[in-house]
Amino acid sequence: MRELDTSGFSCPEPVIMTKKALKDSPEGLVVIVDNRASKENVTRYATALGYKVDTEEGKGSWKLRILK
Amino acid sequence: MVVNEKGKLAITGVIIGVAAVVLTVLGNPGNMGFCIACFLRDTAGAMHLHTAPIVEYVRPEIIGIILGSFALSVLRGDFRPRGGSSPLLRFIIGFIVMLGALVFLGCPLRMVIRLGGGDLNALIALVGFIAGIGVGCVFLNKGFSLGRAEKQSGLEGVSMPFMTILLFVLFLAVPSLFLFSETGPGSMHAPIAVALLAGLVVGAFAERTRLCMAGGIRDIFLIRDFTLITGFAAIFIAVLLGNIITGSFKLGFSDQPIAHSMHIWNFLGMFAVGLGSVMLGGCPLRQLILAGEGSTDSAVAVLGMIAGAAFAHNFSLAASAGTGPGLNGKIALVIGIVILLAIASVATFRRRGE
Repeated sequence: MRELDTSGFSCPEPVIMTKKALKDSPEGLVVIVDNRASKENVTRYATALGYKVDTEEGKGSWKLRILK
Repeated sequence: MVVNEKGKLAITGVIIGVAAVVLTVLGNPGNMGFCIACFLRDTAGAMHLHTAPIVEYVRPEIIGIILGSFALSVLRGDFRPRGGSSPLLRFIIGFIVMLGALVFLGCPLRMVIRLGGGDLNALIALVGFIAGIGVGCVFLNKGFSLGRAEKQSGLEGVSMPFMTILLFVLFLAVPSLFLFSETGPGSMHAPIAVALLAGLVVGAFAERTRLCMAGGIRDIFLIRDFTLITGFAAIFIAVLLGNIITGSFKLGFSDQPIAHSMHIWNFLGMFAVGLGSVMLGGCPLRQLILAGEGSTDSAVAVLGMIAGAAFAHNFSLAASAGTGPGLNGKIALVIGIVILLAIASVATFRRRGE
C-alpha cells in the first residue's frame, strides 16, 4: 500500500497531503504523522470520508492505516 | 469522539470567554480581557523595545499561556522540540501579522471579544479575516508550504519557555528594569496572580484542544470540518453573555473601547492577520501554544510579532484608538500584504516544481 510520510509537517499540511494522496489512491494508504494534532486531524478527515483508520503508535510517531 | 472534541473545544472557549470578562472587570482594558497582539505589544513596550508611553506592561497572561502549554505538553508527553521550517520567513510573517493586528487594534481573539461586546467594527474585521484565510487556503490547496521541520535538541525546545520564566522572575524581582504605563491601556491591568493563573489555565486548555481562531475557519474552507470553529463560537457566546450580565454590552460602531471605524483598514488589517495566520499554521494564540510545546518555528514567529509591535509603535504604524491608522500605518500594511502574497506565491510555486 502507498505510504505517505508527513513527518515534520504541521497541520493543516498533513491533512491536505492526505486529501491529495487519497485522490490518487482511493483504495487507501498508510500515513505517518509525528504529532498528536496531525494524528487526530488526519483520522477525523479520513473517518468523515467513510474510511476506517487503524492506528499503530511508534516511537514519536503514528502509523495510520486508512482503509475502505 | 467528534462530539467529545467539540465539547472540549466548547469548554475551552467558555473558559477563555469568562476569563476575558473577569479580567476586564478586574482591571484589564475594555473588550481586551485577552488580546495576544495587544499583550505582546505591551510586553515589548515594558522591555523598552518601543516607548509608546500608554502601552507598556509585562502581561502575565502571555507568560501564563506559554508556560501552561509547556507544562501540560511535558506532562502528557507531547513536548517535541522541532524547528527549521523557514524560521526567518516565519519571523517576517509574524511581524506582518502583528502590523495587521495593530492597524485593526486586536488579534483574532480580541476581534471575537470585541464582537461579543457589540463592537460592529470587529464585524468588518471578521469579513477581512475570513477573506485572508480564504486566500491562504487557495495557496494551501495549490501546495503552499514553508517546508519540513526537523527534530531539535531539548535545549533548543525549552529556550522559549525558559526565557519566559526569566522574564517573569525579573518582572517580580526587579520591576525597575521595565517601563510601566501610567495612563492608557498599559496602565490598566488585573492583579498579577489572577492574570498569570488565567494565562496558565487558558494555555493548558488551548494546548489540549489545539484551539485556534484561524484554524476553525480554515478547516471549514479546506475540509468542511466544523470541529475547531466550535471554540471560536463558544468564546463569542461566553463573552456576549458575560458582557450582558456585567452591563458592558454596547452595540454599534462608535465610541467602542480602544477601536476605530476606518472600515477599509479594519478589513485590511485582519486580512493580513488571516492570511499570515494560515501561512504560520495558526493564529497568534496558537503560535504561543506551539512555542510552549517546543516548536522553535513558532517561537521565532512570536519574536517576529514582538519585533513587529516594536516597529509599529516606533514608526507610528499602529492605529490610534478613535482616529485609526495614520499614513505610515496604511502604507506599511499595504506593503506587508504584498510581501505576504509574494512569500505565499513563491512558497507555493517552488513546491509545485519539486
